[in-house]
Amino acid sequence: MAEASYPEDLKYHAEHDWARIDGDQATFGVTWYAQDALGEVVFFDPPKVGAQVAKDQAYAEVESVKAVSDVFAPLSGEVLEVNEALADSPEQINADPYGDGWLVKVRLSDQSEVDALLDVGAYKDLL
Amino acid sequence: MTELDPRAREEAVTIFERSRDGRRAFVAPATDVPEVPVADLLPASQLRERPAALPEISEPELVRHYVTLSSKNFHLDEGFYPLGSCTMKHNPKLHERVAALPGNARLHPLQDPEYAQGALELMWRLQGALAEIAGLPHVSLQPSAGSQGELAGLLLTRAYHEDRGEQKTKVLTPDTAHGTNPATVTMAGYEVVKVGTAPDGGVDLGDLRAKATDEVACLMLTNPNTLGLFDRNIEEIARIVHDAGATLYYDGANLNAIMGIARPGDMGFDIVHYNLHKTFTQPHGGGGPGAGPIAVSDRIEPFLPSPQVLRRGGDNGAGRFVLDDDRPKSIGKLRGFQGNFGVFVRSYAYIRSLGADGLKDASQVAVLNANYLKARLAEPGIAEYLSIAFDRTCMHEFVLSGRGAKEKLGVRTLDIAKRMLDYGVHPPTVYFPLLVDEALMIEPTETETKERLDDFADIVRAILEEAAADPEILRDAPYTTPVRRLDEAAAAKRPVVRWHPPQV
Amino acid sequence: MLGAIGAGSVDELFADIPESVRLDREIDLPAGLSEQEVYEHLAALAARNRHADAELTFLGAGMYDHYVPALIDNLLSRSEFLTPYTPYQPEISQGGLQVMFEFQTAISELTGLPVSNASVYEGPSAVAAAGYLAKLETRRTKLVASRGLHPHSRAALRTHAVGYGMDVEEVPLTGEGATDVEALAAAADGDTAAVFVQQPNFLGTVEELGELAEAGRRTGALVVCAADPLPLGILKPPGEQGVDICVGEGQTLGNRLDFGGPSFGFFAAAERFLRRMPGRIAGETRDVDGRRGFVLTLQTREQHIRREKATHNICTAQALNALAGVVYLSWLGKRGLVELAELMLRRTHHAREALGLEAINPGPVVREFAVRVPDLEGLFERARAERVNPGYRLGRDYPEYGDGLLVAVTERRTREDIERLARLVGKPAGVAA
Repeated sequence: MAEASYPEDLKYHAEHDWARIDGDQATFGVTWYAQDALGEVVFFDPPKVGAQVAKDQAYAEVESVKAVSDVFAPLSGEVLEVNEALADSPEQINADPYGDGWLVKVRLSDQSEVDALLDVGAYKDLL
Repeated sequence: MTELDPRAREEAVTIFERSRDGRRAFVAPATDVPEVPVADLLPASQLRERPAALPEISEPELVRHYVTLSSKNFHLDEGFYPLGSCTMKHNPKLHERVAALPGNARLHPLQDPEYAQGALELMWRLQGALAEIAGLPHVSLQPSAGSQGELAGLLLTRAYHEDRGEQKTKVLTPDTAHGTNPATVTMAGYEVVKVGTAPDGGVDLGDLRAKATDEVACLMLTNPNTLGLFDRNIEEIARIVHDAGATLYYDGANLNAIMGIARPGDMGFDIVHYNLHKTFTQPHGGGGPGAGPIAVSDRIEPFLPSPQVLRRGGDNGAGRFVLDDDRPKSIGKLRGFQGNFGVFVRSYAYIRSLGADGLKDASQVAVLNANYLKARLAEPGIAEYLSIAFDRTCMHEFVLSGRGAKEKLGVRTLDIAKRMLDYGVHPPTVYFPLLVDEALMIEPTETETKERLDDFADIVRAILEEAAADPEILRDAPYTTPVRRLDEAAAAKRPVVRWHPPQV
Repeated sequence: MLGAIGAGSVDELFADIPESVRLDREIDLPAGLSEQEVYEHLAALAARNRHADAELTFLGAGMYDHYVPALIDNLLSRSEFLTPYTPYQPEISQGGLQVMFEFQTAISELTGLPVSNASVYEGPSAVAAAGYLAKLETRRTKLVASRGLHPHSRAALRTHAVGYGMDVEEVPLTGEGATDVEALAAAADGDTAAVFVQQPNFLGTVEELGELAEAGRRTGALVVCAADPLPLGILKPPGEQGVDICVGEGQTLGNRLDFGGPSFGFFAAAERFLRRMPGRIAGETRDVDGRRGFVLTLQTREQHIRREKATHNICTAQALNALAGVVYLSWLGKRGLVELAELMLRRTHHAREALGLEAINPGPVVREFAVRVPDLEGLFERARAERVNPGYRLGRDYPEYGDGLLVAVTERRTREDIERLARLVGKPAGVAA
């Protein structure tokens, strides 16, 4: 399992989610803290491509053996892609939460929402 | 750790892998009617093309297979089983004998009541005894388990409110509730609203008052609750719930603490379920069967499931027992037939064996045993690591927090539980209730002796001493069991839920 | 012990219970009895029941008088199977967990569906559980049930559907006692979450399952089949005919009649429903030393973890009854199940002919069939006097068959038994097939 880390270039949501923003698109995932709290991830239940996700609302579930956790959208938008590889290897969420363990790519509907997200320092203060 | 060397273990082989072509145990009775070809009797569209791949095995090998499997189970007749909320009390052997009497075991559920009077009388007497124990006059034995009893309770609540022209949408459950409560609420079409727990472990009355609106159909409560504590404010809780026009539901999982001492009906509960496999000692069978009868107050009675066992006619043997299904307001049927009659036989035998005084004695000893074990586990050398979650006199069970062990010894409750397996006792319920960190929920029951309780306390102490010396001993435990820690994550990631023949 | 607790008396331990809710008297129950007295009391009650060995019975209608081999009594009475709790500690529960895994395999084989759970309470509530899965899966509002479904299954479905917020619409049977496929197709629409049929149906009719399934599937509804596992030994598996979920009553697999329970229900489904299944599921894995073992798996579906979002509120299997089921199937074995089912099939058809009465379902039947008896009450009176139970009066559940009798013929009913019933009906014995 990866060492605790919180990359500088990401934006964070208090429910332990991150967003990597690229123009009007963003990639979402869960933070190191979230995957560590959950333990070994055994299943990722993704949204459908094309689904609308809303900031602060649950859009997917991740499961460990003994827990289910909602995943909250840091920003609103339409799901463009889900990480299909997680169906076979959900443990990537533990091994590489900011890389191969990404969850969905989203076209943002309101880029001004980004301003409300936390930078790495503010997020670490929450932990 | 040489003493921890695993004993020789055999790799598991399923009955399907023991199959060899042509072997068999069964011999069919002779065909005494014309041997018409099957294809002449069944439509071609519905003919099975290849037989189901059931095992082919001889009777001796079949018996050995399952006897070998049985040896891999820990069981109540073998040792201490302080599994909180499960009431693992002794299962008297008489009960198996009476349940197996042909008049019980070989009785068809649709036999004319005229020819099933003994069975119906037994059910009627059990209904009466359960009603008296709960302090509620009307009993339905039908629900198959506590969870089905809960669903019955909420469907009864719905029927009751609808009959009065009321529309209610929410059900309150404490945050200490068994998971079945919220799951049942959703199945019954209501929304769950959680009620908080006060610092003394009871229901937070302020939170309850705020949430007991006229949209609330019911409060589901366990008392004593899942922390093993009797809620001292029960009368006030009942008042708040009834003033809101809601019903008060009693989850009977913990009834073993109060038989003959206090009754849910007298506390203001409208609906109660019993777990006959807990309080009334139906053997658990490795996870079933059980039975979850319910008792209700007069205002709920018209809605009880169908059929009901009634006695018509006089006392002293003159009455006849009937299955009454003329119940226009009934919620209907939760399941087939009359319920788990075989369980009723055992529980009825239990109630008759103990009688009024014996049932009260059972509850008193259950509470005495729990408090004694709690005191033993509060001794120095244990209490620093496993602390009582709510330090009050408990009822039949109590909850410890393993936070101290986690922080001071670096071992988790799970590790302590796994090490207990090497010591030949079943661990307590772990990680429940959810609001206690690293919880261990311990219910010794009344059928354990002081020596068993002392042994358990000594085992806990020994395990904590091991952890202080070398926490790895616990983290790698167990060592002596038929298998060691299993990879549950792999099982969940790529589920293999049946055996498949090898690809040829 | 009180000294260690620091209490003066046992009563003190109950101080949290307010005086006002204490019982101020003894509970009103008889005093306790000795083991011998309890035995004698229960034996006296049991003696007043006319059980299946005390008469010649053709009664079925959901539970059947099959022969239960002695080894089942022997194995189920072992403390190792009888007295453990649910296998929450897999290291010391491998026996029970492997039994569940074997049970799931056997049910999967019989139903032709890839995944089975470790059992549910019993048959009719398993049907209702399939309704809940269909609601969660489709979010639709209607359930469509053939009147060939057991009356108790339809009743349980209706009772549960109130909670699910769903309506249940019934589909009539044809004049030949089979589900009316056109009526089913007409009833199933875009609001239908699931259609429910039974194989063989309540009257014993072998349904054209593929056609019924297709009528449901066209609308996107799930197809649920309640099946009797013994006839499945010779019938085409539901899973090969477009059925999504196959449930059923397991009493016929090595379980006692027990006046209706406990038995077990089974629940098998297509792979895509694995994470929506109710109840316990055992899965195969390895321990830290690489040894094969079994665990309860996919527990995040269940109430103790997912709570209000659980796939069902059930928290037990019928483990002991399911053990009887898998032992029974292993005892029968691959060929024995076929031989047993074929024997029942032949005797059922022979019996229908031997009785010489008007058949309600004249087509293919197995184990059970329905006939009209002009003098039904007279037959019961004559038969009862001779300790013969002719079967089940259909009129209770089917007003359209007010003179209907449902006759069950298991492997325990011989040709001679059938002839005895035929004589009571008033027909000559020994009608050739």
